Amino acid sequence: MTMGTVLALLGASLAVILAGMGSAFGVAVAGQAASGVVSEDPNQFAKVLILQLLPGTQGIYGLLVGFIALSKIGILGGSPAELSLQTGLMVLAACLPIAVVGLVSGRNQGKTAVSAIGIVAKKPDQFGKAMLFPAMVETYAILALLVSILAVNGIPV
Amino acid sequence: MAIVSMKKLQICAMKKNRKAVLEMLQSMGVVEIETESPEEGVFKKMNTTTPRTQLDKHVQNTDNALEILNTYVPEKKGFLSSLEGKREITKDEIDRINKIHHQVNRKVYKILDIEKEINACDADIAKFEASIEELVPWLNMDIPINTVETKKTKVFIGSVGPEYTEESIYEALETKVPDLSGYTVQVISRDKDATCIVCFCINEEAEDFSDALRSIGYTRISSFSHRTPADRIQKFRNEIAEREEKKKEAISKLEEFNEERKNLEILSDYYTIRSDKYKVLGGLLQSESTFLITGYIPARDEERITKALNEKFDLLLEITDVPEDETPPIGLSNNKFFSAGEGVLTSFGLPGKKEFDPTAAMTICYIILFGLMLSDAAYGFIVFLACFIVLNKYKKMGEGLKKTLSLFMYCGLSTLFWGVLFGGYFGDLVTVVSRVFFHKEVTIKPLWFAPLDDPMKMLIVSLCIGLLHLFFGLALKGYMCIRDKDFVGLISDVVSWFMLIIGLVMMLMPTTLFESISSMSFSFSPMVKNISYGLAIGGAVIIFLMSGRSNKNPVVRLALGLYDLYNITGWLSDLLSYSRLLALGLATGVIAQVINQMGSMMGDSVFGVIVFILVFIIGHTFNMAINLLGAYVHTCRLQYVEFFGKFYEGGGREFTPFMEKTKYVEIKEKN
Repeated sequence: MTMGTVLALLGASLAVILAGMGSAFGVAVAGQAASGVVSEDPNQFAKVLILQLLPGTQGIYGLLVGFIALSKIGILGGSPAELSLQTGLMVLAACLPIAVVGLVSGRNQGKTAVSAIGIVAKKPDQFGKAMLFPAMVETYAILALLVSILAVNGIPV
Repeated sequence: MAIVSMKKLQICAMKKNRKAVLEMLQSMGVVEIETESPEEGVFKKMNTTTPRTQLDKHVQNTDNALEILNTYVPEKKGFLSSLEGKREITKDEIDRINKIHHQVNRKVYKILDIEKEINACDADIAKFEASIEELVPWLNMDIPINTVETKKTKVFIGSVGPEYTEESIYEALETKVPDLSGYTVQVISRDKDATCIVCFCINEEAEDFSDALRSIGYTRISSFSHRTPADRIQKFRNEIAEREEKKKEAISKLEEFNEERKNLEILSDYYTIRSDKYKVLGGLLQSESTFLITGYIPARDEERITKALNEKFDLLLEITDVPEDETPPIGLSNNKFFSAGEGVLTSFGLPGKKEFDPTAAMTICYIILFGLMLSDAAYGFIVFLACFIVLNKYKKMGEGLKKTLSLFMYCGLSTLFWGVLFGGYFGDLVTVVSRVFFHKEVTIKPLWFAPLDDPMKMLIVSLCIGLLHLFFGLALKGYMCIRDKDFVGLISDVVSWFMLIIGLVMMLMPTTLFESISSMSFSFSPMVKNISYGLAIGGAVIIFLMSGRSNKNPVVRLALGLYDLYNITGWLSDLLSYSRLLALGLATGVIAQVINQMGSMMGDSVFGVIVFILVFIIGHTFNMAINLLGAYVHTCRLQYVEFFGKFYEGGGREFTPFMEKTKYVEIKEKN
């Protein structure tokens, strides 16, 4: 096992850890707000559930990048490649966009989802618009995901 | 693809017919009645608050009664019974209820009374249980609770702090009143809250003893009874049993009302309909002997309503075109396929006054984009099959739900299509199963290419689809300009942007940057290059000069033009936004692969197969659910923000005809 492989593994882990943390926080705060709405008006369950789940995607994006990185360095197949220090650092760097942006956007999308759940509580028929605001935040997670995927994919091992 | 054309309707009729006319309009359900017009001259509004409040209360009571029946005498219902829709009844049923509604309403009150009885029993039971709780520590005491004295002694029954034991009480009393001698202390029980004691003291020393006892925190037992604690607990237990019995009896009385359930449902709706009628009646202008109705009616129903009204009543009916200065409400009318997307459109906003109904265009784009995001043939087929079965099994479900489900049914088909193109069947299930369990690698080749192997190609595909989607939106704006004969607008807001964007794209294509991303190389002849420069510059100049044309001041106008040119960055971000097609498509595929890999970890054995099946079912259900949600949200976003941003604002008011709005039953017209 070389230092490069360790660094690459660190990158894959960070993608999963940080993006997952962001999502966990976002889904948690949105879930608290959603519980409040459902306790008053159980009919809104489906709508607020959708809004609660919106910040959950960052964690999945992190998993995605983590998985691609793991399979790239051969850990999934059980035969890890002997990476040079530079290659390992490159994989680590490639994982960083979704890791960091996933954390920040997951947290903030959660907060936006809380406000959107507020809209649904007051005006259930405005659900379509309420859904848009948290979806806007997600754009940046998607852009980060894109760069991470392309970068991990492009690194020669 | 159309907005229902509306006409304005005015009725003037004799006041004696007002309820009959309203009832007819209500049962036809095609007229939206204006109730906000101000009073003027001899025309006044009538106050209908009292009958309405009364009726609303009846509705509420009936709904409560039904709720009570559902709680205590639940009806057996299937898992998907909420999809079954409302029960159909004939007009005769309503007439029958109309005749006997007082009787049925009395039953409502009876049900409410029975519930009160049940609640009273529950409250009593809770109270008795609390009392028993209090007495349990005293269970070992075999004298009546209210004993205060014997012939020669006083008796103290009560509690001191939990820290005291029999010895420590004696000790404490010894130090407080050392000269007393004629007393005994007995601890009945001791727990974390209190020590329960019984003390006897001879009459002569009782007063001093009592003071001493109080000084160590003694309080007398709070319950009073001539029974021993055990007897009293027994008595409470009997009371509880009695209440339980009574409650059971009450519930069995409720069971007798089970057959009334259907009548109660009709009754609730009957009262709702009447309440709505009074609400509209209160908004009508009435003179001493006539009344006025103004409202909107779809042109297609004009003849039917004219005939029906004139046949039955003497009245003045006028149906005219909607005046220019009024904004009629919006009703959508699309064929069966396109109407599936109406729900998505409505949650953004109905078309405004000058706009057209983009449902058809949007529905097609929605289905295509949704399929691209989910992009797994097996998932698509499951979604399609589930929606198809539910749609066919429950034909009477609500209109909105039906539209949503048909939309997802089409989306499922589209997902199937893209899944076959990109070779995703539960991810790489076929490959994994054949490799692990049959030891032979079998792969279903994608019809086009696998995005995971070539993400750059998929990115270019996504952006191309995005560009087409945005151009389609812009073209629809052009369509509106042509429809309104606004050719200046067409050139300066639509054609100019087409020129600029196409020019820029053509300039980008031969560059090395584009080649490195897409690994496709284009080399254009100088002629084509010049055309692309011409298009881009021409478009930019038109935008610069014309975009601020509504402003008279030439400097401001050019400044506005320059600002609008800055919107090119908006186009760039809109376009990049379509990269989510790639991201979400990959997310589905990769997570599916992770699941398959996890499932196959136990290898080829009986145990391995069981694990694989379990992981397969749980994992793919989860993946499908989370990606369905993602595809739904992000397709909506692409429609609302990127697509509608090019041409559509919305802001129309929904057409809400005066009709029989029911909760439980649907009234069928007699044929």
